[in-house]
Amino acid sequence: MAHAHDHEEHVVHHVHPPDAAKIRKIWLTAGILAFVTAIEFLMAFTMDRGVLLITGFVLLTFVKSFYIVAEFMHLKYEVKSLIWSIVLPVIFIVWLVVALLIEGDAILTLRNIWMWYFN
Amino acid sequence: MATTGVIDSNDKNLWGGGVEPMKASYGKLMMWFFLLSDALTFSGLLVSYGLSRFAHRAYTGSVEDFVFSQEYWPIPEKVFTHIPFTHAPAPLVFVGIMTFILIMSSVTMVLAVEAGHRMDKKGVQKWMLWTILGGITFLGCQAWEWTIFIQGDKGTIIDGVKVFGANMSVNEYGPQLFANFFFFITGFHGTHVLSGIIINIIVFYNTSIGVYEKVGHYEMVEKVGLYWHFVDLVWVFVFTFFYLV
Repeated sequence: MAHAHDHEEHVVHHVHPPDAAKIRKIWLTAGILAFVTAIEFLMAFTMDRGVLLITGFVLLTFVKSFYIVAEFMHLKYEVKSLIWSIVLPVIFIVWLVVALLIEGDAILTLRNIWMWYFN
Repeated sequence: MATTGVIDSNDKNLWGGGVEPMKASYGKLMMWFFLLSDALTFSGLLVSYGLSRFAHRAYTGSVEDFVFSQEYWPIPEKVFTHIPFTHAPAPLVFVGIMTFILIMSSVTMVLAVEAGHRMDKKGVQKWMLWTILGGITFLGCQAWEWTIFIQGDKGTIIDGVKVFGANMSVNEYGPQLFANFFFFITGFHGTHVLSGIIINIIVFYNTSIGVYEKVGHYEMVEKVGLYWHFVDLVWVFVFTFFYLV
């Protein structure tokens, strides 16, 4: 991490050579992200619109977000308590999504009934 | 006795103070928790988009025969079909390019963080500049997309009047809420990109005048890096739930 040499009189920071393995991993992650996006494109133009396609999109989105958060944001290498402090609250969003989509569907049903009643 | 006490506070009482239990600095932790709350805000926007979409009728015909109507929610790939310099329809290509630009700027950001770990000032400067350039390019693309969206295409007849494009009170492409959510969600994300660019420029400036070299570490690059990756992460979700689904 930090290379502080504050015990020295005049501070000299040595520039370390690039870590080849680390940089390869960064580009590998970038490659995966680009590849998954390419697959999403392919799916958008070859598959029929429906539950299967949307499920695929959602799953691939989670794959991409895993790589961004775990590798780019480095969360995978943090201590467990930090990982769970971030991930656990996010899980509650899943409930929000389910609840509001059901609510939206209920609104549509009501709307259809009203339209049928007044026309 | 005293010895026992010291051992206790070091080994067992992790949360008793004096140590960093999460092995991350205060600033980095606070960035994480800010991003968590920001994630909830974006979830709120995207989930209400989902609610509105479910509360409107869906288009049931074939994709080829699709026309814009106030009666049902539009298929996004029929709305975003424009690319610069040509009128040939290219659904989702432009937004795909934007996604690619943002992912690449995320990559250059990690490379800047990596250079910071090595105390490589030149490397940090180089990769921060690429990141800033990527961000500005993305914002430019978004400005162009907004312009096209607002100007409109073929027009739709609403209440006997032909309407072109969309704003907060009319919408050529479908139900009014679709346009409103477009402006709010991509606009809120664009605001994040804008503030990210400004923060990146400040960090680039500080790097250049040697602030972090004097401090002895480049942790500030890591912190703005977290923010920048989060902006990329949000775009991944916006891309799926606004443009693809």
